[in-house]
Amino acid sequence: MRTSASRCRLAELLFWPVLLLYGEAAVGYFGEARRPGAAGRAATWGVRLGWLAQTALLGVQAAREDGFPWGTWAGSLNLFVWLVVGAYLIWGCRKPFRLLGLAVMPLAATLLVVSRAGGGTAVGTGVGGRSHYSNLFLVLHVGLVLAAFAGFTLAASLSALYIWQERRLKRREATILRRPAPSLATLDRLAARTVAFALPALTLGAAVGIARLVSDGDRVDALVVATLATWAVFAAYLVARARGVTGRRAAYVALAGFALVIVVRLALPSVHFA
Amino acid sequence: MHLALVGTSHHHAPVELRERVALDRDEASALAERLGEAVCLSTCNRTELYVAADDLEDAERRAVDALVELEPRVEPALYRLRDQAAALHLFRVAAGLDSLVPGEGEILGQVRAAHAAGSPGRLLDRVFRQALHTGRKVRAQTAIGESPSSVSAAAAALAEQVFGELGGRTILLVGAGKISEQAARNLLSRGARIAFVANRTAEHGSELAVRFGAEAIPLERIGDELSHADVVVSSTSAPGYVLDAATVDRSRRGRQLLFIDLAVPRDLDPAIHELDGCYLYDIDDLEAIVSETLAGRRGEAARAEALVASEAEKFHEWQAALDVVPAIASLRARAEEIREGELRKAEGLLGRLDEGERRAVESITTQIVNKLLHLPTVRLKQAAVSADGVIYADAVRHLFGLGEEDGR
Repeated sequence: MRTSASRCRLAELLFWPVLLLYGEAAVGYFGEARRPGAAGRAATWGVRLGWLAQTALLGVQAAREDGFPWGTWAGSLNLFVWLVVGAYLIWGCRKPFRLLGLAVMPLAATLLVVSRAGGGTAVGTGVGGRSHYSNLFLVLHVGLVLAAFAGFTLAASLSALYIWQERRLKRREATILRRPAPSLATLDRLAARTVAFALPALTLGAAVGIARLVSDGDRVDALVVATLATWAVFAAYLVARARGVTGRRAAYVALAGFALVIVVRLALPSVHFA
Repeated sequence: MHLALVGTSHHHAPVELRERVALDRDEASALAERLGEAVCLSTCNRTELYVAADDLEDAERRAVDALVELEPRVEPALYRLRDQAAALHLFRVAAGLDSLVPGEGEILGQVRAAHAAGSPGRLLDRVFRQALHTGRKVRAQTAIGESPSSVSAAAAALAEQVFGELGGRTILLVGAGKISEQAARNLLSRGARIAFVANRTAEHGSELAVRFGAEAIPLERIGDELSHADVVVSSTSAPGYVLDAATVDRSRRGRQLLFIDLAVPRDLDPAIHELDGCYLYDIDDLEAIVSETLAGRRGEAARAEALVASEAEKFHEWQAALDVVPAIASLRARAEEIREGELRKAEGLLGRLDEGERRAVESITTQIVNKLLHLPTVRLKQAAVSADGVIYADAVRHLFGLGEEDGR
């Protein structure tokens, strides 16, 4: 009991630095957009340290007696935020990609708050409870689906940055060379590559879930339908790219797909996890 | 040892005067050698002589004479700086803060070349190495040199904003004049390839095409080649548009294209910019960008000045310490001499010690000497930065009986 209580306190202690650092990063990236330099560097450190703190938080949660709450929507949202920020760190530390944080970090901080409100960052609240799913199923289904959604979130952020950068070029902004941003070609290519990695993960994760659904004789709920719609949008994105649709139009398709990701992650989880 | 600087620059002398005292690498090297411990920095914007000597007046006079010998009219335009002020000036020059375009990068290479061609002793070697370090530091820690400072560099930077790395990207050059050639060279330096040169006069077009390894085409064929190009740079003297939006839309086959129109009157139909995936920048757009980036450079200059001032302060401390270094060295040598002498006297007692114990005695006595001398050494160096350095050094020589042969 004592161990459980101390883990509970530790999880509580770890949550606030994570939120503070992600919040600092979000504000720092706004500063970077206005005047590149120190604010961007501070924001990048905020992301790095916040992600490490969140890793520790997840570790504490995973070590609790009844296991990490992957089976709850709030717990999986916590993991989702960790995956999104982790994926962002791959590019985000490079100077030209700092502005990508402007799209990623406010979202990450907001989703973390939502996760906490649902009990996803706590230990032994009873909200998570031990999942009735096997660990292997969780890894394959929840893990792959969340990793795919994290990839789509990153692709959407890259697409948002593409649209912003393209608009600056179209407006012929005189400040365009003073605020470093990745080139249109780089953003377009990275978004496509991210979707190309994320879509197979979603395909596999969804297939495992559907197989389980069929074997248990459960009904298809709204979240499953929305997830399949998300799959269809990103599959269409890749097909369209193969047919030469790139740039702004492809970026809008990625953003439409991301709107569905938000619906799946925030609006419908109660239907699926009930 | 002191540092003297005599020179002139674009701030003080017009080009007619500067060109009279401009020296090539060999001439600069010969002049530096003639002046003793000296370095001559000669660029299109400045000719400066840095001389290290004990007698500042004499060093300055010799440097002035050397420049006046080249052009007598230059004398009123010469500036003279000494020690820390001279170092600060050199650091500002290396950082690009004294350049026409703040933060320009070429000067750093010129300072390096001047240092290599000069005849530097310990003082000049130190000040030039620190200047190069300062130049690199300013460029690394501020954004002063990051953005383009000319229209052609801005055009190339814009191409990178659209396409990223320009390696493998193809350029269609419309017009064979100096302006388009300059823009083309900037794109080439970033890895792009000039694929086509279109010109009204076939002869001029072919000449430029041969120089760039490109294909010369007539103006009428521009539309046909748009499907093979990534960037179109245009600068002709045509009275109307040489390319309209309809032709571009029809010919480019969905490719993303950047159009740079450097001509007045304009060569390219402004409606091209409205096409999806097409970006058209004319001379006014580019000049607005350059003016903005230059404003940014000037903003960064304040941060760069602070870095330069801090480096100049470090140099001052180093140079001041030179005055007391001989006294410190003599003091330490005397202490070591006493330590070794006392150990020799105690040889009878120490002979009974084994090797390990003997080493321990050596170590303990060395540590006692070092600890005793640590504070006086630090205080002497601190005093050197103020004007009291020489007085303190003399006091140390007197108190410890350091002979003239041990001192300076």
